[in-house]
Amino acid sequence: MKLIYEKSQAGRRASALPRYDELPAAPEIPEDLRRNEPPRLPEVPEFELVRHFTELSTRNFGVDTGFYPLGSCTMKYNPRINERLAALPGFARLHPLQDEDGAQGALELMWRLQEILAEVTGLDAVSLQPAAGSQGELTGLLLVRAYFAARGEAEQRRKVVIPDTAHGTNPASVTMAGYELTPVRTDARGNIDVDDLRGKVDEHTAALMLTNPSTLGLFDENIEEIERIFHAAGALMYYDGANLNAVCGISRPGDMGFDIVHINLHKTFSQPHGGGGPGGGPVAVRKTLEPFLPVPAVVRREDGGFGLDFDRPQTIGKVRGFTGPFGVFVRSYAYLRMWGPRLREMSETAVLNANYVLARLKDAYDLPFDRLCMHEFVLSARTMKREHGCTALDVAKRLMDYGFHPPTIYFPLIVPEALMVEPTETEAKETLDAFCDAMLAIAREAADEPELLKEAPHHRPVKRLDEVRAAKQPVVRYAFDDALERVEAPKGA
Amino acid sequence: MAAAESYPEELKYHEEHDWARVDGDEAVLGITWFAADLLGELVHFEPPAVGSDVTKDQSYGEVESVKAVSDVIAPLSGEVLAVNEQVVDAPETVNEDPYGNGWLIRIRLGDPGETDDLLDAAAYRQVLANQ
Ligand SMILES: Cc1ncc(COP(=O)(O)O)c(C=O)c1O
Repeated sequence: MKLIYEKSQAGRRASALPRYDELPAAPEIPEDLRRNEPPRLPEVPEFELVRHFTELSTRNFGVDTGFYPLGSCTMKYNPRINERLAALPGFARLHPLQDEDGAQGALELMWRLQEILAEVTGLDAVSLQPAAGSQGELTGLLLVRAYFAARGEAEQRRKVVIPDTAHGTNPASVTMAGYELTPVRTDARGNIDVDDLRGKVDEHTAALMLTNPSTLGLFDENIEEIERIFHAAGALMYYDGANLNAVCGISRPGDMGFDIVHINLHKTFSQPHGGGGPGGGPVAVRKTLEPFLPVPAVVRREDGGFGLDFDRPQTIGKVRGFTGPFGVFVRSYAYLRMWGPRLREMSETAVLNANYVLARLKDAYDLPFDRLCMHEFVLSARTMKREHGCTALDVAKRLMDYGFHPPTIYFPLIVPEALMVEPTETEAKETLDAFCDAMLAIAREAADEPELLKEAPHHRPVKRLDEVRAAKQPVVRYAFDDALERVEAPKGA
Repeated sequence: MAAAESYPEELKYHEEHDWARVDGDEAVLGITWFAADLLGELVHFEPPAVGSDVTKDQSYGEVESVKAVSDVIAPLSGEVLAVNEQVVDAPETVNEDPYGNGWLIRIRLGDPGETDDLLDAAAYRQVLANQ
């Protein structure tokens, strides 16, 4: 397919604006900021433009086009009713500075969403502001800091404990919040190594950050013991809720002893994602941490109406503009209300689907931790690599030929040649079976015809990419004919 | 071309997949074949500043492949005397020659006694066998 610049012909236009004889005076723009030449935009008629982008859109892959078992990302179907509701003019056209009386419906929706999230997490208070899981993490750690500062323990508690299975955003958030990292190992069953942990938690520990179920898709069997260790040391417990899809209505982070939780609305509660956002990463906290939550807080007033409360003297401040990504709240609220008291079935089905796929695949791939899984599981292509020279990357690329989005690969880092599969609850058994059949066929191909994997994909618009060169010599703008603009030719090209 | 698997006898190893070639009160440090193979072709090396201190068991830099970014753990403590600019310019040198041209930094040892804690090639192979 040609780039739009390659379709460009001088003088072609998508629209013709009328010429004014008398143009209004141009605003004063300082000389050095003025453009000397017109921008080099592609010149195409409107219908070419429409065809170009329509064609491009057909080359995309998303939950609306196929099965997307990308582990840790919960790529579930996003019901269309969500979009209907988010587009209601009363929501979509509301100005963020609208006074409270003119925004009662929106405020009530946010307040009700907070109440539901408090219930689902088993905690007391919620802030909807953070716009992604990672921002929820940072917000949560700033709450930890504010909490210990108020107790005069800020200097003493400098360390945050994170298991080696953690998502990369966890250690990044720890560093950004000004804490030091204490890594802890995973044991042979895929739980936190409690012996390793005991020696690492003391009066200098501020918090634990834990994903439960972990990124291995395993529920930590020692969670009660872990809770005793941290709370006995006076530390707090932070729950990375990225995997909440496994436990809704079954177990609650608050009941496991966690003090702070972030929820990924774009995973668990069906905000479309994968295209870069917006996401939603609300944090839920125990009563003791509520005074530190971001402002404004969405509250129910004494007269029964809803409002914004800025009067929180101990707040960590604002973490996002206004009250957060509102359209995301509408979709998540709609989704939660659709499940209603049956929310547990969502998680049960997600766990059932994952275990079904795991049971069908575990003889063809390595399974580093042989347990019942939660909503996702991690296989390894380690034996396949040793015996046939085919890697997790090759399996992923070959799956694309079969019409599936690949699973997450090479994560978590503790599993070599990792393939992390999360089917979600929304898929039919036929789809799961088709995926399993493809994975089993690929395992056979690796033995019989390894080249098929190594050169895959064969049937996609884009063939195998040279990721190493893309990382080392990224070409991020179009090379115009003009020599000045030509991007330096990559070495060996 | 990626090198074939090897763990030279004359080197000392750290279980986080780093090696040290000790010479008097200096040492050259790098990552093992196993680490380089696990990461795949390196695309970036973030070195420490010459003159800064590195601490045994702690990260002194980062190596990055298209799969992952990974901390490089110091097998020994000391002051950084030199950084291998060839690896900064062409990180894949580490995959091609992990124990030769693919060295990462040279340090002046802070505590030569620390060498005793490191593994020999046989012990490091045992660590790998248990993974
Ligand atoms: C376990 C885990 N934690 C945290 C995050 C970060 O969430 P977000 O991508 O919304 O910033 C992710 C997401 O990719 C994740 O899988």
